[in-house]
Amino acid sequence: MSGDDVHHPHPPTDLEARTLALESLLIEKGLLTSEAVDRVIATFEQDIGPLRGARAVAHAWVDPEFKQWLLAAPKEALTGIGIGDHQVEELVVVENTPAVHNVIVCTLCSCYPWAVLGLPPTWYKSAPYRSRVVVEPRVVLHEMGLDVPDDVEVRVWDSSADIRYMVLPERPAGTEDWSEERLAEIVTRDCMIGVAQPRVPASIS
Amino acid sequence: MNGVHDMGGTHGHGPLHVEQDEPAFHAAWEGRVYGMVRHALRSGLFNLDEFRHAQERLPPAQYLSSGYYERWLAALELLVRETGGDIRLEVLPERQATVRFVPGDRVVARNMNPVGHTRLPRYARGKHGVVESRHGPFKLPDTHAHHLSRDWEPVYTVVFAAQEIWGEDAEAHENVSIDLWQSYLEADTI
Repeated sequence: MSGDDVHHPHPPTDLEARTLALESLLIEKGLLTSEAVDRVIATFEQDIGPLRGARAVAHAWVDPEFKQWLLAAPKEALTGIGIGDHQVEELVVVENTPAVHNVIVCTLCSCYPWAVLGLPPTWYKSAPYRSRVVVEPRVVLHEMGLDVPDDVEVRVWDSSADIRYMVLPERPAGTEDWSEERLAEIVTRDCMIGVAQPRVPASIS
Repeated sequence: MNGVHDMGGTHGHGPLHVEQDEPAFHAAWEGRVYGMVRHALRSGLFNLDEFRHAQERLPPAQYLSSGYYERWLAALELLVRETGGDIRLEVLPERQATVRFVPGDRVVARNMNPVGHTRLPRYARGKHGVVESRHGPFKLPDTHAHHLSRDWEPVYTVVFAAQEIWGEDAEAHENVSIDLWQSYLEADTI
């Protein structure tokens, strides 16, 4: 009979069935509503993502006073440019310089400034990253396409407490006359975790 | 607890897989699990330390073979079963703590192996480092995860040379910063 797929979608998998059962129970207990769960999902699928952090980085690149503020009091500085609701006890912004390259990890679970940068990528939460980046960061970074020169210190930040970290990458050469909006476009999520550097597209440089 | 979740420096987990243009959630149920956990935390059904510890308490083979949100689902099921879905009130003492260390102090991470929750990674235990900054005070996860007395303690960012942690074969010119509660640390008298 045609149309079966539309009217009778596949039976729920075990994970789907368990999720449904749990949600029904929590609704029954008055702890949540389906609409409230829908809103959390929509927030992360549509509203909160790395662009928030990218805007702050780009602004710090063009405004030295803001950069000092962002490094000294990150939550206040972010709020100052309209990026609020950080849902984090403390936020620390660590600056990459010609002498130091910073990279963030959570070896014990998956701590990440999710309300500022969106949800962490799967690789950040995976066993290979969590186990390896504290012991062989240069090898891991190389595998991810970033070579840190031997004379540059690699500083790994293991977010083991209630402080969340974000990397302020270095502004690449050749972007001196770029607008803030254009700068924000090259600040990727990976740059703010410290596994990549902002790149000027080859066709432009 | 000395569980498989404490992954820093462990071997054999294979190569890193990086997915390009990853969606926020890979399946609808993942988003629902995420939303449920956020609301359960907000409602006070359990706290974040209890939730982390619930994941750590999953059998090691299950922890390692489950996807990220599968682990969240299993931990959420465990906590709902244990609490019966009933909220227990948390009574927090006043947020204050005595400060023992200042930036620049040499410290050693204690050699401790509690069976309960802790945020002192195994790879740092017994290692010597230098306090770089002070934060908090924050609730001590070791008690907060067990819904026991809730102690406020300062947290220090402690910098360890990679070679102090991993030995002389470690990458040169590398340091590892770890955020450690005050009771995880002792003054380094050496």
